[in-house]
Amino acid sequence: MTDKFDKVPGGPSVADAPVSKATTVAPETIKAIPVRHYGRWISGAVVLALLAALVYAFSQGNIQWQAVQDKLFDDTVLAGAGRTLMISVLAMVFGVILGVVLAVMRLSRNPVTSWVAWLYIWFFRGTPVYVQLLLWFNLALIFPVLNIPFIYKDEMTDVMTPFMCALLGLALNEAAYMAEIVRAGIQSVDEGQTEASHALGMTQAKTMRRVVLPQALRVIIPPTGNEFINMLKTSSLVYAVTYNELLRSTSQIGSTSYAVMEMLFVASIWYIVMTSVFSVGQYYLERRYARGSLRSLPLTPWQRVKVNLASFSNRPSGGVSA
Amino acid sequence: MTAMVKAEGVHKSFGAAHILKGIDLEVAPREVFCLIGPSGSGKSTFLRCINHLEQINAGRLYVDGDLVGYRQKGDKLYELKDSEVALQRRDIGMVFQRFNLFPHMTALENVIEAPIQVKGETRAVARARAERLLDRVGLSDKAGNYPSQLSGGQQQRVAIARALAMEPKLMLFDEPTSALDPELVGDVLDVMRGLAEEGMTMIVVTHEMGFAREVGDALVFMDDGVVVESGHPRDVLTNPQHDRTKSFLSKVL
Ligand SMILES: Nc1ncnc2c1ncn2[C@@H]1O[C@H](COP(=O)(O)OP(=O)(O)OP(=O)(O)O)[C@@H](O)[C@H]1O
Ligand SMILES: [Mg+2]
Repeated sequence: MTDKFDKVPGGPSVADAPVSKATTVAPETIKAIPVRHYGRWISGAVVLALLAALVYAFSQGNIQWQAVQDKLFDDTVLAGAGRTLMISVLAMVFGVILGVVLAVMRLSRNPVTSWVAWLYIWFFRGTPVYVQLLLWFNLALIFPVLNIPFIYKDEMTDVMTPFMCALLGLALNEAAYMAEIVRAGIQSVDEGQTEASHALGMTQAKTMRRVVLPQALRVIIPPTGNEFINMLKTSSLVYAVTYNELLRSTSQIGSTSYAVMEMLFVASIWYIVMTSVFSVGQYYLERRYARGSLRSLPLTPWQRVKVNLASFSNRPSGGVSA
Repeated sequence: MTAMVKAEGVHKSFGAAHILKGIDLEVAPREVFCLIGPSGSGKSTFLRCINHLEQINAGRLYVDGDLVGYRQKGDKLYELKDSEVALQRRDIGMVFQRFNLFPHMTALENVIEAPIQVKGETRAVARARAERLLDRVGLSDKAGNYPSQLSGGQQQRVAIARALAMEPKLMLFDEPTSALDPELVGDVLDVMRGLAEEGMTMIVVTHEMGFAREVGDALVFMDDGVVVESGHPRDVLTNPQHDRTKSFLSKVL
């Protein structure tokens, strides 16, 4: 635009050169002594020393590391880990479905459904999940027989197996939290979206399903991923209703083989493996639902490595241009 | 010939705020009907009543002879069900000031969504029409872009294509160019001009007096919830009769 400013006096040959090439004289590279961050070195050293002390303490502790290694892939342990995974996934699936229903009820114009949803959320968020699990577990004390007229009739103790108690306890509790997450997601969608959809002749149900919920997902998914990772850990509470998940199966081995701490380590290792795997999955899921909200998606860690390698071999000095 | 839109004493309040205070007007088929007036005079509100995004409190509103949002039996009015209201809205396209494209869908997906979901068209049929429409608004090369990857003017043209995909008999435009940079306004107005030439019935709320004068067949000046003055755009814009119209025009022209 204003290439007149870039003309070098007496040099008509560079008059047409692009702006960026106007200053071709290489400036002197600055060679300054960088600021020394002594504080960083000291704090780093202190933290490392503390860590070393911790490792040393564990190496000196009375721990049978061999037992940890032996039992890590023990059939009982693996089965327990599998049940933890299963109960967490099932509770989450039912929790999400019921949560969406509750959120829609909560936002509905019908005061009765809205109030019922509020009541549900109030109760299930207001009491500890541990207490809720015990309530299901002991339901037979007040209702010895489950009787749904013409449909189903059985002894309560036969219905409320440890699995059912665990599933009901975790799922119904989760639904209350999911309802609030879904509600926030729905409310985050601009009203103009609903109006545009209605103006096109879409019914309220279609608008919710095709326009509002897909956009709400972007807001709903990150906290839902956190909920699931929490669920993996919270599921250890179903120990109380005698469901044989990871913690219960490892503890049983622990108490019979006098390796209590060792088996708790085994359980911890499996919990951390599961939560780590799902954290990675969450990252990719969030990326997928960011579609349309960003001009271009951020690179995945793997793509970033590839780009870095490529730019490294082509042009060591140049950064990756945006 | 029945009027495409007929308003008889339309009133609208939000709580205690009385916004529309008895609007009477008629829009003939194939007419380009411009609505001007100061901010807050109720132009958007009136437009939104026409496709029942807002419920009116008194009066009657007809689109192509049908009562909007209600069914009349004797002297009793019955509210229409959600699905019946949706059925009425199919024939009324609306273009918003802030575009309101669906951000999670590409331009093409935005345009085929309603024909597939509402009319039950096959994807192939909807797609063929969508491609024609995008081509017509000059965006055939942007079909795969998400709204966030389009300029404001491009988004608004996609929004017009999306409304046209339902093959409406009436189009409502609520200040379609006032959120746009000046150099992008022209493209959108060109598309609207083309629509007008094809004989689409259009109600246009606008501050583009040039467009109103050139393309408009009728013009209404609204202030404080009432129609102050109406007539042919040329007459009203060059020779306003009321003081309120004069003072408004002196500010915007
Ligand atoms: N949903 C609502 N609830 C309460 N008040 C509203 C609502 N919608 C509009 N109003 C009020 O109604 C009045 C008219 O609004 P409207 O949007 O129709 O004006 P307008 O003529 O379109 O103005 P502009 O040129 O600024 O778009 C305003 O005072 C506004 O505050
Ligand atoms: Mg307005």
